Amino acid sequence: MATTLQQSPPTTSTNTLSNDEVLRYSRHLIMPEVGMEGQLKLKAARVLCIGAGGLGSPLALYLGAAGVGTIGIVDFDVVDYTNLQRQIIHTTADVGRKKLDSAEDKLKAINPNVNVIRYETRLSSANALELFRDFDLIIDGTDNFPTRYLVNDACVLSGKPNVYGSIFRFEGQVSVFATEEGPCYRCLYPEPPPPGLVPSCAEGGVLGILPGLVGVMQATEAIKLILGKGEPLIGRLLLVDALAMRFRELKLRKNPDCPACGKRTIKELIDYNEFCGIRGEEKPVETQVPTISVEELKQRLDKGDDLFVLDVREPHEYQICNINGYLIPLNDLPKRVNELDSSREIVAHCRSGMRSAKAVQFLRQAGFNKVKNLTGGILAWAEKIDPKMPKY
Amino acid sequence: MKVLIPTPLRQYADKKDAVDVSATTVGEALSQLTQQHPDLKKHLYTDGGQLRAFVNVYLNDEDIRYLEKDKTPVSPTDTLSIVPSIAGGRRN
Repeated sequence: MATTLQQSPPTTSTNTLSNDEVLRYSRHLIMPEVGMEGQLKLKAARVLCIGAGGLGSPLALYLGAAGVGTIGIVDFDVVDYTNLQRQIIHTTADVGRKKLDSAEDKLKAINPNVNVIRYETRLSSANALELFRDFDLIIDGTDNFPTRYLVNDACVLSGKPNVYGSIFRFEGQVSVFATEEGPCYRCLYPEPPPPGLVPSCAEGGVLGILPGLVGVMQATEAIKLILGKGEPLIGRLLLVDALAMRFRELKLRKNPDCPACGKRTIKELIDYNEFCGIRGEEKPVETQVPTISVEELKQRLDKGDDLFVLDVREPHEYQICNINGYLIPLNDLPKRVNELDSSREIVAHCRSGMRSAKAVQFLRQAGFNKVKNLTGGILAWAEKIDPKMPKY
Repeated sequence: MKVLIPTPLRQYADKKDAVDVSATTVGEALSQLTQQHPDLKKHLYTDGGQLRAFVNVYLNDEDIRYLEKDKTPVSPTDTLSIVPSIAGGRRN
């Protein structure tokens, strides 16, 4: 069954299309599922995109192309070189610019009729409800758990649907939450994972196309909700495995005990960082183990000291760059610890110093007391010792 | 029956995307899974033995919370899916 959005009555300017617009959207207008009526709904629609990054890029582009009249974008970040592999609204020339500036330029270039509203801010409990008030529909393109819960709760409290999409490496999830009859994010995941328990993308990477795939699905759902056509993903979780190119669907139920949309015990926004960090918050491992700097390592290796350099990264990382360390990937360390000699001084390193800190902690627990963590990892080596080494 | 392993957990299951187990209930199937791959246990269960709240288990396309949870009967042709929450790329 199609769901129609509650929209405020369109103003005069959204009651008609100019001749220009009729020509621009002709391929929409000749389809019965859109037609003049649907295109006018798109023109009157106000959609808020949280994030102009991986997911935000393709979805904003397609919403703009489709003729969504008002697109709000929330992003406080700056375009980084490593974004270009997937954040296709930004180009090489945009590196260093605000993502908002870059996104607005591209949207207006595709469709000057779109009213782009910029919010150069971090979405927070202090501003979310007010921000959401002026929009019909919220699209969540964020990259962390606290914001997901914030967006969900704010959508439920504001009565605005939340078009949800999330990705990890080559897997994605899409759904529509916080409609009146459907479930919300908390119905699916009542609690966030404690930090450190779900692997982050930090060393996992992401297939560049994946946010494209998922972001456009989010744009599709948004357009369907605006038009009131088709079957939106309400009560349905779409799972995508891009490597296998398999799409599966799971049933989502509205949880009658859900504190957000069921029992409605959540009446205001909370501190979401605390909510997500509240269980199992530990001091970062890096501060708990003995360390050595890249300068000292270089000095000692040049002197000819008998140091054993242990590289705990993955084989494909070793191929990018290495300092001739002995490679035992972190997850294999417990099985292969007998390859190491505890009487020797060992320096463990990884890419940035996080995995190797865990390796040092593990080895110390296993009785190795001459093992140190290389602060900053091979990135620090590339930065300070060998500028010819590629960074990744 | 097959248990499908989601990407974030494959590193704890010998990089497999699916594991075969033989069981008559969901609880048995998950127990077999963590016996075959002990590293999975702490990612699926709390210290008190409860399934973690950010991990959902589906029997075919139904959430087991709305069936009989770990007492839900299963057959050899069923598929169990583990669906953890994911939130993309912010480096912690």
